[in-house]
Amino acid sequence: MSELPPAGITPRPDIRAPAARPAGADLGQRVRALLLSDYFVLYLSLAYFLALVPFLPTLSTPGNIVNLMSNMWPLLVVAVGQTFVLTIAGIDLSQGAVMGLTSVVVAMLIATAAPATVLANAPIWGSLLTEQGGLLAGIPFASAVGIAAMLAVAALVGLFNGLAVARLSMPPFMVTLVTMIAVAAFAIWLTQSNNIRELPESFISLGKGDIVSVYLGPKLESQLPRREVYSFITWPMVIALAAAVFAHILLNRTVFGRWVFAVGINRKAAEISGVPVARVIVTVFVISAVCAAIASILYTARLETGRPTLGGGNFLLDVIGATVIGGTSLFGGKGKVIWTFFGVLFFVLLSNTLNLLNLSAFHIDMVKGGVILMAALLDVVRTRLMRSAT
Amino acid sequence: MTALLAFDGLSKDWFGVPAVTDFTLGIEPGSSLGLIGENGAGKSTLMNMVGGVVAPSSGRMTWQGEPYAPATPADAARRGIAFIHQELNLFTNLSIAENIFIDGFPRRFGLIDRARIAATARSLLQRLDLDHAPDTIVGELAPGERQLVEIAKALHREADLIIFDEPTTSLTPRETARLFDVIARLRAEGRTLIYISHILGDVTRVCDQVAVLRDGRLIDHGPVADFPVPRMIRAMIGRELSGLFPDRSATPSPTVIFRAEGLGQPGVIETISFEAHAGEILGLFGLMGSGRSELARAAFGLDPLASGTLALADRPLTGPTAARIAAGMAFVTENRREEGLMLEAPVADNLSLVAVRAFGRGPLALLDREAHAVATERARAELGVRAGRIATQPVKALSGGNQQKVVIGKWLMADPRFFILDEPTRGVDVGAKYEIYTLIDRLAAAGSGILFISSEVEELIGMCDRILVMSRGELVRAFTPPFNREQILASAFREAVT
Repeated sequence: MSELPPAGITPRPDIRAPAARPAGADLGQRVRALLLSDYFVLYLSLAYFLALVPFLPTLSTPGNIVNLMSNMWPLLVVAVGQTFVLTIAGIDLSQGAVMGLTSVVVAMLIATAAPATVLANAPIWGSLLTEQGGLLAGIPFASAVGIAAMLAVAALVGLFNGLAVARLSMPPFMVTLVTMIAVAAFAIWLTQSNNIRELPESFISLGKGDIVSVYLGPKLESQLPRREVYSFITWPMVIALAAAVFAHILLNRTVFGRWVFAVGINRKAAEISGVPVARVIVTVFVISAVCAAIASILYTARLETGRPTLGGGNFLLDVIGATVIGGTSLFGGKGKVIWTFFGVLFFVLLSNTLNLLNLSAFHIDMVKGGVILMAALLDVVRTRLMRSAT
Repeated sequence: MTALLAFDGLSKDWFGVPAVTDFTLGIEPGSSLGLIGENGAGKSTLMNMVGGVVAPSSGRMTWQGEPYAPATPADAARRGIAFIHQELNLFTNLSIAENIFIDGFPRRFGLIDRARIAATARSLLQRLDLDHAPDTIVGELAPGERQLVEIAKALHREADLIIFDEPTTSLTPRETARLFDVIARLRAEGRTLIYISHILGDVTRVCDQVAVLRDGRLIDHGPVADFPVPRMIRAMIGRELSGLFPDRSATPSPTVIFRAEGLGQPGVIETISFEAHAGEILGLFGLMGSGRSELARAAFGLDPLASGTLALADRPLTGPTAARIAAGMAFVTENRREEGLMLEAPVADNLSLVAVRAFGRGPLALLDREAHAVATERARAELGVRAGRIATQPVKALSGGNQQKVVIGKWLMADPRFFILDEPTRGVDVGAKYEIYTLIDRLAAAGSGILFISSEVEELIGMCDRILVMSRGELVRAFTPPFNREQILASAFREAVT
């Protein structure tokens, strides 16, 4: 049938026009659709960015945007790992500690030199680390072997977490709290809280890398000699995005992903339905720890230092805050990598603007705490909307 | 004399389907009314209207001569109406005294007056001959004792009308005798009772009035003296029992599909042996705590077994749950919300949960989403699940009956040959029950063996080829048609069969 009106009948516009709805209802529908959209936090970030640009002109300078992005990539990788754990209704507090430990592990293996004055008291001095550098210093593919060691150490920690949760039925919060404390302490003990510098160039390049750069003219008013070329596509970006894309496919497009959601929504039902629950839990904790190790590669390379306290302080707040702001639920069964991507974007943007406003670190954390509270509230609202929608 | 509680043309329908129609009756103060009827006859709906859980569609009630329209269960409690439910509403982690006072603790200097609570609770317990200290945790009590705590709660509130809903289904004969003692005392105190039960002998014993509901209507009522058991049954059934159940479309084959030999787990089940045949619906009847669900869980590899062997189609069945599913076993648990469904997840994901591995492609097991959509939609259509877009609609938005079909349906894609169905029609309305019975019959007709566990003798009699009875962890007897309801119940209670 054509869409033309039947011959002989002239459509009367006043009849055919949809009944005028109150403007409020229409707006309500749109707000609702916006709140329930996967891209809600992206819109929020863009709105926040655009609203602050007039007051903070530095915000939109190429230098700041490059800085923003470089802060984003390692955090994204860690938060992606946390997304898996939160989706099975768990939590991984040990990610930061894993970062510190793996940072030390790689440095003590591949450092090209180490000063005795600083590190002579460390238990690893003399055996793993000497004046001539780490155990693997100078051998071919030292960096690759070092990275493999980082991933292996992280996987072991994740395996421990996962087995304790799945096989011993211990609460994830307790298990990972304990590994956080113990692993962080172990990392600090290894070097007696000292940093290991002198990492080989092949490793350090992973923290920067100019794959695509943009020349934006000489920087005129700079007092210090500043870079005039901005690296937009860097190794951290490539690595982080590759990890995120892989994680997205794993969580949303595979049988394993279905199992992750099943365990998160109803573990008992999953068990009875033959889902290998223990295996899923262990794998998820290993993924989380390995993600922390990948982030550790990026941070360690960027800082050009093996640092036992990497991932300490409030880092965990950033990770869980960014993941939850993205929309992944702390109660399990609800999570998406793309949500976490936007959550990290928002969180990094928030930190960046607060820094640009010259707020003190304390003020910044106070504001961040408030923002996480708002995100939690928003999560409640969204959940309620979703319920009423069905 | 004015009636304590009177119903005047009370009706309730659910979306146009009548549950109770034009119910008119007066209950004299001090009387004891036996309310009987088949499952789905409208007893629960009627009592829910008295209790303020659901509002009538039309008609009215009066309480002590005044209009009575409770909006909440609390309204009903305030007027002096107490319910002793089949599934007790006690806090098992709190003490007896705390449970009795849960809706209003007496206070002294702003703190809970422990001494007064203990004293009051003690005197209540004495009245009921319950020999426990008031600070005993309710979780430690036997089912019958818990029920007495419920009654103590009702006495404490000075309830004028106490409604018992199937109070003896989970009691031992001794506990039942004690309950009847207590009921006699309550009647002597002048309290009014409504007693709902399937056990007609009990009704004759406890009540002085009988009212029979069928299809939501009051069919017959009068003094118990004029109501011999045959008259009760005639009024209750009114039609052939078979109308409630589909005709069985095939007969069992002689092939044994599932064999259990000497299953035992100390303190839970003892030397249980049975065989199930292909195409057979094997009933398993037992009271709460008889070990029927424990048997099912152990057979499915969810709980440990100290001894015994299992075989499916002559191949030994061992290993974890996943291995038993792969061998062709399926288990529909009695609690679909807690163990059966992912309530927040879409219908389609629930339907494919068991067989989701089959949709994995390649080394990463990438989900073949098209095949998934096709297969789940086909399963939905076969099961007759009424739902919207199954890819997005969460299963919790479905009705109880449709949810239950999803719980059964999620196994079908895995093509099992032996089903354990634990209370598959619990919490499901009459129409949906019939559909689930039909589904069970289809599974049997397709050659699967079925172990049908239920605490409703009627549905086992209506559906099964044989009925096993379990009591205190043991298989006590096996029945073959024609089934004798009284004998099945008696052996479940381990009473002497008369």
